[in-house]
This record gives sequence, structure tokens and C-alpha cells, in this order.
Amino acid sequence: MRPLLELIIGDPQADRAVPQTGTTARLTVFVAAVMAFLAVIALAVSLTTNRAANLWAEELAQSATLRLPPDPATADALLLSALDVLQTTPGVSSVRALSQDEQRDLLAPWFGPDLPLDALPMPQLIEIVTDREVLDIDGLRARLSAQVPGAILDDHTAWRAPLLEAAGRVRLIGWSVIVLIGATVAAMITLAAQAALAANVQVIRVLRLVGAKDAYIARAFVRRFTLRAGGGAIIGTIAGVIVVLVMPQGDGADSILLGVGFEGTEWIWPLLVPVLAAGVAFFATRAAAFRRLKEQT
Amino acid sequence: MNAEGTAVIELDNLSYGYGGNALFSQLSLTLAPGSFHFLTGASGVGKTTLLRLCYADLCAVKGKVRIFGENAATLDRDGVAMTRRRIGVVHQDCQFLDHLSIAENIALPLTVSGRARGAAGNLEELLNWVGLGAQAGQLPPELSGGERQRAALARAVIVSPDVIIADEPTGNVDWDMSQRLLGLLIELNKMGKTILIATHDLALIRAAKTDVSARILRLKDGQLLQAGADL
Repeated sequence: MRPLLELIIGDPQADRAVPQTGTTARLTVFVAAVMAFLAVIALAVSLTTNRAANLWAEELAQSATLRLPPDPATADALLLSALDVLQTTPGVSSVRALSQDEQRDLLAPWFGPDLPLDALPMPQLIEIVTDREVLDIDGLRARLSAQVPGAILDDHTAWRAPLLEAAGRVRLIGWSVIVLIGATVAAMITLAAQAALAANVQVIRVLRLVGAKDAYIARAFVRRFTLRAGGGAIIGTIAGVIVVLVMPQGDGADSILLGVGFEGTEWIWPLLVPVLAAGVAFFATRAAAFRRLKEQT
Repeated sequence: MNAEGTAVIELDNLSYGYGGNALFSQLSLTLAPGSFHFLTGASGVGKTTLLRLCYADLCAVKGKVRIFGENAATLDRDGVAMTRRRIGVVHQDCQFLDHLSIAENIALPLTVSGRARGAAGNLEELLNWVGLGAQAGQLPPELSGGERQRAALARAVIVSPDVIIADEPTGNVDWDMSQRLLGLLIELNKMGKTILIATHDLALIRAAKTDVSARILRLKDGQLLQAGADL
């Protein structure tokens, strides 16, 4: 804690030993602000995707659909038989046969609202809400096969797997972007620090002449770049959070489509961005400074 | 007390050169505490290089440099820094931090060693001693050559070093100013400081002989010779 306080408060006299470099300082602050802004947006996208994917996967995992063959002669018997099997199966929380209107609504996007369902051999759909921890899906499938010939049980695995995979990729891309932003900040700070060190060869020579240790010389540069990167990142983070806050927010699974944002403890992440930016700047400048001072010996 | 012997700086069979050309070979020198040395010789003979070896700014190719009893070759960078705090150096070109005032430049050795607090009184006294009290707030580029030389001397002595090494300290100043700077160095020597001055100004050396018992060394053909009788 004390080294951190010393870094923030610094030694005004020691700080003045290295002259201010206006352009480098402004560029460092600007780049840190832009990178922090992008990091906040990337975080928001990544976390929102993660949240939505989890929600979708959870909803799909808790439901299944049973499709009965479209045979008018056996339809009622099959429905009764299917309901009987489902209602007596452990792990099936609720069962509901979709009405003709509901089935018409499902098909409306493809065939229009005036579809004459009565004239078509339509399969009867049954919506099942399950408790996956209790339900033996293979056992249910076997019973249905025996007692409801032609019935097809869809447990949404085919839907859920690619959805989870896609969400995982978006999440990976999001974190990769954040890592790349961190690496870019480190590279930019290293370049800026090296430029500042190269521009202050004479200052370093004089400081060494009067007995300054490497740590003393490096500290002036490290403190300056750490504060610049941290300050810039605070500005960028505030801008990023404002943008996230003004985005239209959706509910649950719709949130990824309507807008990105943070929820609950996720707000810690954007707050960490300036701290991480300052940390990256601290270590990047320190490494650059000591390397340069060693070369300049 | 020094770790080894009584010499503050000791060059032992030293060899050094640039680009394969030997500047010195098997050169030896011992600076006893409180001694006063002039180092003279023609331009380009290696006076500045010899001084830089004495404050560990260069490393000997062969032989040993012992500073306060420590082998300079074995000092790490922090060790060199700590050694420099005991050696005040005055350069001919008086290197300063041009964005700091003269007072801040003179106080720099205190600042880097964390002793700046509470030293304001000493700083003011020192500024007056070198005649720069009125110029304390000015920036180095605003000072004359003589004022810069005095400021460099003040910076070299502010931490009360054991040794003061001056490279042509009167090179850019007129005779009166050079006498004044010499007087300051003699005064410091009387306080017990070891002084090593590189100069090609023989008149300055002659002037000093009346006030101080100085050893005069001449650097010639890579060898250090005792001089004095001919001056």
C-alpha cells in the first residue's frame, strides 16, 4: 500500500528532475483513453453475450417438444397416450398440448396467417417443461417409442449446442480483444517511455553524475506514465460507461439484440479498467526504463 | 575509513584506449585523503578519460581502479551511484538540467540522495559562498560561463564529498574568475577534501603553488609523470 501511495503522491522535487514532454504526455493520455473506451465496450459485449447465452441455454435445457404423427385416425389416441406417458415420467414438470391457434402462429412467419390447418396433415406438438437433473431422457424416449409409435421427442440439444458454441466464440473474441487492447497499451506505453528516455539522455547523464540510482531515475518516468495512462483510462472508462448506459436495454434473452450493458457485480469489470491500464503502464515503463538505463551505462 | 589502504582513489597498472589505440598503459596513481593534484598535459592526451576512470564513468581495460577501497570494476550501477555521492565532479562544459533553476540544480545531489529537506539554509549559504545568491532563481542558460562554472562547483560540493574532480574548471572564464574558482577549491582542500584538477593552464598551476601544496602530474605518451620543477 505504501509504495502505491508513494507512486501516486510522488516526490515533487524528484518529479521535476525530468522535464515535461507535452506531445508525448497528451498522446499517452489520449491513447489510454481510447483503449479504455474500447475495452469497456468489448467487456460489455462479451459479458452481455455470456449472460444471454447462459439464459438461452438454460431455457432450452428446461424444455422439450414432443411431435405426434399427423394421422387424423389415431391423433386423439396418440395424444392421450403421450400425455399419459409424460405425466407419469419423473422429471417432467408440466405438459401442454399446443392448440391449433398456437400451431398456426408458429407457422405464420413461413406460410402466412391464413393457413388452413384443418386441411393439412399437421403434427400435434406438445410442450414439455423438464427438470433435467431428474429426467431420464433416454428412458422417456424408449417409453414413448413403445407406447406412442411415430412420436418424435426433441430435447433441443441440436439447437442448444451451436448456440452455446457461438456464444463461447463471441465471449472468446471479446476477451481476446481485451487482451489485445492491454498488449497495445503496453506496446504504446513502452514506445512512449523509450522516446521520453531517449529525449532525456542529457538529463539521465546529469542525474547519474550527481549520484542518482537507476531506481530514482526510473521512478520519475514510471510515475509519470502510470498516472498518465491511469488518468486517460479513467476518462475513456467514463465515456465507455456513458455509452453503455445510454444504449437501449432489453430483458433477459433479448438484451443481446437490444443493447449491451453490465449487471450487478459485472460493474466491477469496467471499474478495473483504469487500474489495469495503470498497472500495465507501470510495468511497461519500468521494464523500458531499466532496460534503457542498462543500455546507457 | 576506506576498505583497503588509505588512498581515496587508486589507479593500479591501468590501461585504457579507444578503438584499439592505447591511451594509457600501466598507469598508476594514488590520491591520498586531503591531497591536491593538478593533472596537466596536451589536448587529447587523455586527461578527461583519466578523470572519468577516477569517478567510475569508464571501466579500465586492464589494471584496477579502486575508489574508496572498492574495485570499480565490481561495482554495480547502484554501487557506482553511491560512490558518485562521495565524489563531486565539475565538468568543463558544466552539464545542468536546463529546465531547473540554478538553486535546484545545485541542490540536485541532495535531492537524488533524499536529503533535500531541511537543506535550504545550507543551499542559501553555498549560493552566497560562490557568489550566486542573486542568480538562484535563474535558469542555467541565463548564466555567464563563469557563473555556470561556480554553480557547477557549488553542485559538486553541496553534499560535502570526500573528493572533488574538476575537468578544466577555468576553461571558459577570465583570469580573475579562474583565480576565484581556484580560491574556492583551495579553501575546500583546506577543509580536508581531496582535489584533482585537470588543466592545461600552467599559469593557474603556478598561481596555486603559492597557496597550496599541490602535486603536479603530467600526462604524456600514455604515462603519468611527476612535474612541478619546471613550472
